[in-house]
Amino acid sequence: MRGLALRLHTDGLVGGIARRLVASFEELTALDSAIGDADHGLNMKRGATALLDINARLRALPSSDAVYAIGQSMAMSVGGASGPLYGTFFMSFSSGFAEEFELNDFARQFNRGVSAVERLGRVRAGQKTLVDVLRPVSDHLASGTATRQTVRMIASSSAESTVALLAQKGRAAYLGERSRGHMDPGARSCVLVLEAMADSLEGLQ
Amino acid sequence: MTEKVGIVIVSHSIDIAKGTYDMASQVAKGGLRIAYCGGAASGGLGTSLPAIQKALDEVWSPAGVVVLVDLGGAEINSELAIEMLPLERREKTLLCNAPIVEGAVMAATEAAAGSSLEVVRRTAEELSAS
Repeated sequence: MRGLALRLHTDGLVGGIARRLVASFEELTALDSAIGDADHGLNMKRGATALLDINARLRALPSSDAVYAIGQSMAMSVGGASGPLYGTFFMSFSSGFAEEFELNDFARQFNRGVSAVERLGRVRAGQKTLVDVLRPVSDHLASGTATRQTVRMIASSSAESTVALLAQKGRAAYLGERSRGHMDPGARSCVLVLEAMADSLEGLQ
Repeated sequence: MTEKVGIVIVSHSIDIAKGTYDMASQVAKGGLRIAYCGGAASGGLGTSLPAIQKALDEVWSPAGVVVLVDLGGAEINSELAIEMLPLERREKTLLCNAPIVEGAVMAATEAAAGSSLEVVRRTAEELSAS
């Protein structure tokens, strides 16, 4: 809703991301076993542990610094291709982040994060990566009609849509046509991260 | 003595990184700064941004640094590590689009001969044309 004040609870964001990633360790491992190197569950779990380690320190920081620190922590701890991509997302997303903002401000910040991921990974939507979730959610946020429920639905259905896609990035791309029929593990972990984000946005309908 | 180009080797496997380092060091005959890293932060196969940053720091040369990588995560982590360098080093740190072993050996040969950063990279990358 235009004009409505939103706040991002970084404490809830960190806790929500970590809880979901740890709980989904086996699911992410299974998805990555099918079309990758089976380490996505472990990598994201390591990222979750690192986030929980810095959470107490983040509470004292302004939101922009806390969001940047989340990105830095993920870049340093996760590894794989996901570490630098999630890291870049949060670090770019953080710049100029205010304590209170409107949905269109949030959408602009979010788009900046997604664009940074697209640039670093040289990836666009349709290549069976986390961008297949990030880009549609970013566009939805920019439409100004986003609610907690619609963000979750679009993230989840976007990840589902990667099942049919041909992988063009990462280890899954080596499989060629055999990569079809499996959900991209990065798209799935991205849903978990965005669910945590939607839940920690106070004021979002 | 003029400064020579430094070399960083980044593999998912510490064994491949070390083996590549050994082969590149052999042609460099001890006259080069070469560093290697490999493996995930908690051990096992993977790549780690802090390990890459440390390797980049170890071999920094005013002549520049080339980075040889194996697969996707090594490449993206290395690119982010380069992006996070101070500007004066970022401009002189180049990722090579080359197979890791052949690229590292070619880069070491060129760098040991005192070639410029651009020549070291180009020579390493010409291998990947085949």
